[in-house]
Amino acid sequence: MTSLLVFIVLILATITIVRLVRVLELVNELRGEEEPVTNTDNKFNSRMMLVFLFVGLLGMLYFTLDAKKYLLPVSASKHGVETDALLDINFALIIVVFVITQILLFWYGFKYRGDKNRRAYFYPDNHKLEFIWTIIPTIVLASLIVYGLKVWNAIVAPAPADAQVVQVYGKQFNWIVRYAGEDNKLGKSNYRLIGDGNELGVDTNDVAARDDKFIADTMHIQVGSKILFVFNARDVIHSAYFPHLRTQMNCVPGMNTQFYCEPTITTDSMRAITGDANFNYVLLCNKICGAAHYNMKMILKVDSKEQYQEWYKSTAQYVITRPEAAPIADPAVTAPIDSAEGKTAVVSLPVKQGLLR
Amino acid sequence: MSSNSKETFIHPQDVELGFMDHAHHGDHGHDEHGGHHHKETFITKYIFSQDHKMISKQYLLTAVIMAFFAMAMSLIFRLQLGWPETKWAFLESIIGHHGKDGKLSPDFYLALVTIHGTIMVFFVLTGGLSGTFSNLLIPLQVGARDMASGFLNMLSYWFFFLSCAVMTMSVFIEAGPASGGWTVYPPLSALPQAMPGSGLGMTMWLVSMVLFIASSLLGGINYVCTIINMRTKGMSMTRMPLTIWAFLITAILGILSFPVLFAAALLLLFDRSMGTSFYLSDIFIGGAPLDAAGGSPILYQHLFWFLGHPEVYIVLLPALGLASEVISTQSRKPIFGYKAMIGSMLVIAFLSFIVWGHHMFITGMNPFLGSVFVFTTLLVAIPSAVKVFNYIATIWKANISYSPAMLFALGLVSFFISGGLTGIILGDSALDINIHDTYFVVAHFHIVMGSSAIFGMLAGVYHWFPRMYGRMLNKRLGYLHFWVTIICVYGVFFPMHFVGLAGVPRRYYANTAYAGFDGVIDINELISVFAIAAGLAQLIFAVNFFYSMYRGPKASQNPWNSNTLEWTAPVEHLHGNWPGAIPVVHRWAYDYSKPGADEDYIPQTVPYIETKNSNLPGEE
Repeated sequence: MTSLLVFIVLILATITIVRLVRVLELVNELRGEEEPVTNTDNKFNSRMMLVFLFVGLLGMLYFTLDAKKYLLPVSASKHGVETDALLDINFALIIVVFVITQILLFWYGFKYRGDKNRRAYFYPDNHKLEFIWTIIPTIVLASLIVYGLKVWNAIVAPAPADAQVVQVYGKQFNWIVRYAGEDNKLGKSNYRLIGDGNELGVDTNDVAARDDKFIADTMHIQVGSKILFVFNARDVIHSAYFPHLRTQMNCVPGMNTQFYCEPTITTDSMRAITGDANFNYVLLCNKICGAAHYNMKMILKVDSKEQYQEWYKSTAQYVITRPEAAPIADPAVTAPIDSAEGKTAVVSLPVKQGLLR
Repeated sequence: MSSNSKETFIHPQDVELGFMDHAHHGDHGHDEHGGHHHKETFITKYIFSQDHKMISKQYLLTAVIMAFFAMAMSLIFRLQLGWPETKWAFLESIIGHHGKDGKLSPDFYLALVTIHGTIMVFFVLTGGLSGTFSNLLIPLQVGARDMASGFLNMLSYWFFFLSCAVMTMSVFIEAGPASGGWTVYPPLSALPQAMPGSGLGMTMWLVSMVLFIASSLLGGINYVCTIINMRTKGMSMTRMPLTIWAFLITAILGILSFPVLFAAALLLLFDRSMGTSFYLSDIFIGGAPLDAAGGSPILYQHLFWFLGHPEVYIVLLPALGLASEVISTQSRKPIFGYKAMIGSMLVIAFLSFIVWGHHMFITGMNPFLGSVFVFTTLLVAIPSAVKVFNYIATIWKANISYSPAMLFALGLVSFFISGGLTGIILGDSALDINIHDTYFVVAHFHIVMGSSAIFGMLAGVYHWFPRMYGRMLNKRLGYLHFWVTIICVYGVFFPMHFVGLAGVPRRYYANTAYAGFDGVIDINELISVFAIAAGLAQLIFAVNFFYSMYRGPKASQNPWNSNTLEWTAPVEHLHGNWPGAIPVVHRWAYDYSKPGADEDYIPQTVPYIETKNSNLPGEE
């Protein structure tokens, strides 16, 4: 019924426009206009240029002031403070250029509206002027490049040796976080070892894996700590995005990526800053990964030292729950080991896989 | 101004093609030559036409239909984003099981986003824009009878048509079309287990793209050959209108970059159906590990963006070329800094090949490589700034005649500024970390590439409609169309920057999973309202377009008092463009409002000897 109504409305709208065209044409014929564009048209449109300029700029100003409340709060990571400052400088610059050039464009559009009794000023070029407006953007951009690269190089510089290694692992459609434990070394893992009870495919024979801990619901990190995030993914590309930490890196199957970050504000302090008692940091997936992409998130808690240690001891689980687990099976022959929980065994037929795809 | 026929010039192509002036070669008695139509059937005239003007109209019509199709898709997903809780009963009757009970499914949401992007970027703004205007204007503006190869030109259109058909069909298959975003990154696009759209829909996407690339290359080679070889006497490279320069550079970019996309698509096809692993490694999906080993998904991204970035300029340069021509003509002033305009287009084209990495700053690419791409990317701002300043200088002290085309061309400049400036932020790797893949990016490219290029295309349609159909579009509807559209475009994309700065990722079906995004729903609703209004405004254009095609007032030969050659050809389309000899060119295309001249324009066909009062030193 609704679609029928929509359809009828569209038909009526079309007919209306067609009739309108006809009327406008008759008006033209009556007036005996010959020129395709008249002085009246020029007056109307040039005034519209002016109106659009002022209403547009005021509208943008109003919206910008109003929309401040939606923006991300102050950066909760050390490098984020630097990138925010860089962003502010960039914005200040582009807003100035934006306002000046748009005013010139629309103001000239108003001022130099056509008049049949007037001639335009023949002015094909001016090399000096062109040189000036090539060289000024060059200088401004050169300084932006230098400043931007300085910030970038500081962010991507090698992480300090004592940084805590935290693995962020993406899969359709949730995150798993693994902590490297006391030895600060992640145990080896292999995608062929993935199975129930071993979501990360950790090699249970690797000594470095023994103290690794993982969680799959809420991620905790300690304020003021140095964290080297290591990212990877199991199935498709995901992107680990911590908007409040100004941190993002793609998680790519078959390769490790990393990002060094120092969180500076605890969840509790940020709740005070934002005035929102329910505020939480978040880890989002920011690379399209399938139907539930929009639901792939994990709450992040930035704890004080005490909170973090308490949580790490009581809640995070060891990745190796059965130290006596079977040795690495030959994946070409055996299906991944299923847990004893009675779930359907995952049978893989590696030989046929290529054909089935 | 009556010099057109004073001088006759027998062009080599006339001898080859048999186009001779009757005055000279009347004894041949070939009726079909020299100003008379071939005896053509409906099929050779309207369907398998080899005439560049007809092919241009075929491209335009196809592109307009595809554009409305893709726009309708965007309105459906804007309904979802603006009112995520609401059920739209009519959806089910339009999109069937994908919109069960009036609720768009998350899978089909991604499908709509993907196909909207694919159609707009490739079929409307690449095929449609270049296909329409390169075909129409290259032979007419350089003074050629037709394209270098009419047959290849025809093939180019029919490959394009097939490619559009395959893409459109893919939308209607059971599992839905390709859904991995218009960039179709593997492994998501390579593995049917990853999402329903990665099955048959993705195969059809790749087939369609291969056909499209073939079409684009056939067209591009033809454009380059025609421009290089078939210019009329006197049409030196530096007398060519900027439109032709833009089409030439665009065609070269396409020839150099599309084959790389072809390679990327082919390897993806191999990975999908022949068990290779160019892009796949270490994957566990659908409860089982895959055999694929040793590939890299990042390789695909490098190949894709090696095309993908020049593609931005393949879209934008023709629009800038059309705008340059329209702005100069309607300002009644020469384009300011003609040579600087050519130079900046060449620099942009060159740089476009060495900036692709700025799409990949956070893929784990070597940070040093990232620095290099920051440097090259920000350099693009310099020639772009020169172009903007030159446009503004062109309208300074002009005598602007506000045809609808002029409004759209100025709208393009406005968008080019707005979107170009946010590009400075995105091109900075340190800033890209936090806004990569957010709505900030969506807002940026929809303004700088989507809206500018569409406005350039619309400027072209309004300006050259009389040249294409021999009739005028209704200007008042044109004004209405322009003002509603520009207001709505800013209404949609200006607020969208703030959604991005709030940290909202793109391609999210709903922003409900994280409470921090609850506030953004207000902005999304506002955006959707503007989007729907913009969509309705395009109906004004559609009606104007189809009505005027048949019923619009008849156009005069040179309605805009323009200098370029296409307006010296008769209103009625002839096979071979000019009834007599091909016109000879004596000057550049921009002698508008020259001091001392009788009128405020001097066509390119007028020799200096006839304009003694207005000649500048060195012109004689």
